[in-house]
Amino acid sequence: MRPLSLQLVSVVTVLVGVLTLAAGLIWLERRLLAFWQERLGPNRVGPAGLLQPVADAIKLLAKEDWVPPFADRPVFVIAPAIVFVTVLMSFAVVPITPGIGVVDLDVGLLFFLAMTGLGAYSAVLAGWASGSKYALLGGLRAAAQLLSYEVFMGLSLMGVVVMAGSFNLRDIVDAQRDLWFIVPQFAGFVVFMVAGLAETHRLPFDMPEAEAELVAGFHAEYSGMKFGMFFVGEYAGIILISSLITVLFLGGWHGPWLPGWLWFFLKTMLFICFFILLRASLARPRNDQLMAYGWKVMLPVALLNLMVTAAVVLAVGD
Amino acid sequence: MNESYVSLLVLAAVALGLGTVILMLNGLLGPSKPTASKLDTFETGNEPEGDARQRFSIRFYLVAILFILFDIEVVFLFPWAVLFKDYVAAGLGTFMFVEMAVFVGILAIGLAYVWRKGALEWD
Repeated sequence: MRPLSLQLVSVVTVLVGVLTLAAGLIWLERRLLAFWQERLGPNRVGPAGLLQPVADAIKLLAKEDWVPPFADRPVFVIAPAIVFVTVLMSFAVVPITPGIGVVDLDVGLLFFLAMTGLGAYSAVLAGWASGSKYALLGGLRAAAQLLSYEVFMGLSLMGVVVMAGSFNLRDIVDAQRDLWFIVPQFAGFVVFMVAGLAETHRLPFDMPEAEAELVAGFHAEYSGMKFGMFFVGEYAGIILISSLITVLFLGGWHGPWLPGWLWFFLKTMLFICFFILLRASLARPRNDQLMAYGWKVMLPVALLNLMVTAAVVLAVGD
Repeated sequence: MNESYVSLLVLAAVALGLGTVILMLNGLLGPSKPTASKLDTFETGNEPEGDARQRFSIRFYLVAILFILFDIEVVFLFPWAVLFKDYVAAGLGTFMFVEMAVFVGILAIGLAYVWRKGALEWD
């Protein structure tokens, strides 16, 4: 057990790191989207527009703290905080290097899945509490989408668990010292990435928000910092999914020459940029296509991947 | 590798505190000028019509029921997955594999049945 002071330092490091990165992502995403669409993007506030997130935060804080009279007030206020808190809590189990990480849980992976499950309440409750038709439709879509994709999000990781023999994320990283799990677990990797995109409701899986048909979906009635929290929650969610892909499939901090934390950061950034590229290049499918894709393609693939992995582990082990 | 849960509790407290402070700051800093059109539901500029709390498609209930069925079955796979290597090392690998193959087979039959019945279609 580490001394208390060191534990507190880890907590602060991880929180500050995640929130800074989430704020930076707002800038990065807008610049990259602009780059891919041959625009300039935000470049006025500070050097190269880097202070844009600060300006956004000040603007959001100075907006009216609005709770519509037709909304279910307590639920309406709590809903954005749920996604904010659960996403930050999930980072507790992410090991950045052997020394940096909030807590070393033996059930780390289950903790992550539990927190992701709780995060689903945020969109559903927000949609329901808003008392607006668009918000309700967004909330319902969120419920259907998050529930469906949660089933095989957990399932896709069981191949990794079979190979590592542990739920502890540090053990899983250590098991990849010789071979990153992305090679033997490529199917699991693809399923997890798709499920992760759906869980953070990012494009192309942003049916709960779908601004072209539902205006802003479950957060149509939100303004000010309550909207900002959904926003930060979404960006922190992207960082979370990217860092988990790094930990589970890309060997976490393992890599030659460079220090471990830098490897972790580079691998995570690679996936963050990939998610932004997906947003820039893919169109949104229909809602029924999304559901059919999940249940008819992803679920059987995840099940098959698990059984094949187990068969290989059995054949090698005997 | 059991560590104290202190840092987890600290993280939870800080995250909760941060969320509360940000929401309260917004209430303090933001103006409050309710006007007639702000008090209406947002319906892309049209006059709001009726109530949002209406009946919605039965499909959503069906998805929730499917989730409960399949997620609980998936939960049974978790302890098996984490212990499988130990069983292989103990020489019980084949037995455990066949057991789980039967279970997953039943799960697959269930999925095929639901598929056939059209519960996965979204009209």
